[in-house]
Amino acid sequence: MSAGANAVIVRETLQGLLEALLAEGYRTLGPTLREDAIVYDDVTHVSELPAGWTDSQEAGHYHLQRREDDAWFGFNVGPHSWKRFLHPPLEPLWGARRNGDGFKITVPAPGPKLAFIGVRACELRAIAIQDRVFLGGRYSDDTYRARRISTFIVAVNCAQASGTCFCVSMGSGPKAAAGFDLSLTELLGADRATFLVEVGSEAGARMLQRIASRPPTEAELAAARAVLDRTAERMGRRLDTTRLRELLREQAEHPRWDGIAERCLACGNCTMVCPTCFCTSVEDHSSLEGTAAERVRAWDSCFTLDFSYLHGGSVRHSTRARYRHWLTHKLSYWIDQFGTGGCVGCGRCITWCPVGIDITEEATALRAPGRAKKQGDAS
Amino acid sequence: MDRRPRLAVWKFASCDGCQLSLLDCEDELLAVADALEIASFPEASSAVAAGPYDLSLVEGSITTAHDAERIREVRRQSRHLVTIGACATAGGVQALRNFASIGELVAAVYPSPQYIETLATSTPIAAHVAVDFELRGCPINKTQLLEVIGAFLAGRKPAVAAYSVCIECKRRGTVCVMVQGVPCLGPLTHAGCGALCPAYRRGCYGCYGPMETPNVPALAQRWQALGAPAKRFEHALRSFNAAAQGFQRE
Ligand code: SF4
Ligand code: SF4
Ligand code: SF4
Repeated sequence: MSAGANAVIVRETLQGLLEALLAEGYRTLGPTLREDAIVYDDVTHVSELPAGWTDSQEAGHYHLQRREDDAWFGFNVGPHSWKRFLHPPLEPLWGARRNGDGFKITVPAPGPKLAFIGVRACELRAIAIQDRVFLGGRYSDDTYRARRISTFIVAVNCAQASGTCFCVSMGSGPKAAAGFDLSLTELLGADRATFLVEVGSEAGARMLQRIASRPPTEAELAAARAVLDRTAERMGRRLDTTRLRELLREQAEHPRWDGIAERCLACGNCTMVCPTCFCTSVEDHSSLEGTAAERVRAWDSCFTLDFSYLHGGSVRHSTRARYRHWLTHKLSYWIDQFGTGGCVGCGRCITWCPVGIDITEEATALRAPGRAKKQGDAS
Repeated sequence: MDRRPRLAVWKFASCDGCQLSLLDCEDELLAVADALEIASFPEASSAVAAGPYDLSLVEGSITTAHDAERIREVRRQSRHLVTIGACATAGGVQALRNFASIGELVAAVYPSPQYIETLATSTPIAAHVAVDFELRGCPINKTQLLEVIGAFLAGRKPAVAAYSVCIECKRRGTVCVMVQGVPCLGPLTHAGCGALCPAYRRGCYGCYGPMETPNVPALAQRWQALGAPAKRFEHALRSFNAAAQGFQRE
């Protein structure tokens, strides 16, 4: 089978795929229930998937709910993203130990290769965006590359959209279009649940050969298309992106920014949950006796003062300036910088903002002409 | 002659918990004792060697005229002075007196108030003398304490961030309790604890005091929407860091 080919597997056969991946030395990661949410963690058995659960999401709200059926993937993206694994929150880069007059450098050993189960369309796009950031330019990130090239991706097509999803507006979903090895559409038939499988790569084709599958029927292909059509119609949020890149450039003094700054906590949650935000700071630690040192890279955020600290002070001192930078980067000058947008419409920043600030609502308001602030203007 | 840098630990109005964090560094304590000459450490020994000291760690707040004098002497004797804990950096829980009448409080607590000599306020060390670095927390985090000592020994800046607890919470992979309905002080609170409470499904209590740019009114509104009225929010802020500027409601 080659890329684009389809097959059908009985739902339970996914266990066979997990076992085949484990046998090849992959660490298998997927959605599972923890802390009253659906997070990404080690999953070695299909019984660990959130069968029969879904999530209800709104700005600043996330709650688990029981489904009426027993769908295994009947939910949308949660608090975690695959960024946790490809671009970990804390990453020791290297250490040094004094020996005699010199010192010896040690580099952490690479972890096992990763297999992601249940990657959504928006997340595939987010991974592609981070690939561009970390690997696409003049300088490429070796540790990211090592993890990324060995990763096996099983995508899942969304059979529903949450209250904060807007992939259709951003052109990133709900169908997994590229960047996967295998993709699944869950079909909850009356008698038996199956997955329609699409092959996305040679590695995917090889894996599919190791489990029992059969060719799909016309009806199954049509059912899978219907699932995606229905999801596309039910987006929780919408964002008109027409000329948004150009418009935002002109809105630096829009009064809306002041309103956001009054609500924004500058806590950094939006940047932590965003699957494309990539910023880090590098910390050095030294031991008390001065014989060992370590350099660690940690997720940081454009919402912290230190992050924009240049000699003498922070260049984005106000929360207004920091939120404006974040939104404008995502939706406008990310395109200038990397040739793609920086937002995939996953809605995480909306759901996980403790005060429920909504990027779609703010960007929409910013489209309207704002009265530019003049000198001495009190507003 | 002993050439190791000299460390002194000082106690003012406090519970000793922060000094205990240093004793609690069991594995690293030998390294500390190797790298530094411990000239004064009341929690470990009553012997105090005379100054000057290279690094003074100061625990506790200033609540008496005598202590206000004593901290000046400590400063005079110390090359670097680092304050540790909520008492030393913000006045501690005893700064609740700053919001009440000291005469009434003393009369309510002590049977013979005439023997009590105290100031009307509890104030952080930085209100009295210049401080080189403030390490927050109630109590402080021992890993951060070792980081600060290590940084002063190496002559580098300590890697201690002033952003919100939320950043540590997210790095840890904890699911946000506030988005799930539990009021949390994390967005206002200075990082340092590693987001301990949310990891156990509790809202943050604000032990590390205000983060760099706290937006108190915005969080107050959110608490209200979650069913925690203004009074409860105010009580939540009135704890170990009650008198910290960033925790005041404008
Ligand atoms: S900006 Fe928000 S909606 Fe867009 S990709 Fe990031 S978290 Fe998702
Ligand atoms: S944004 Fe689209 S692709 Fe992402 S979870 Fe929602 S419906 Fe699925
Ligand atoms: S649980 Fe509290 S500290 Fe953690 S992200 Fe949410 S608001 Fe911030």
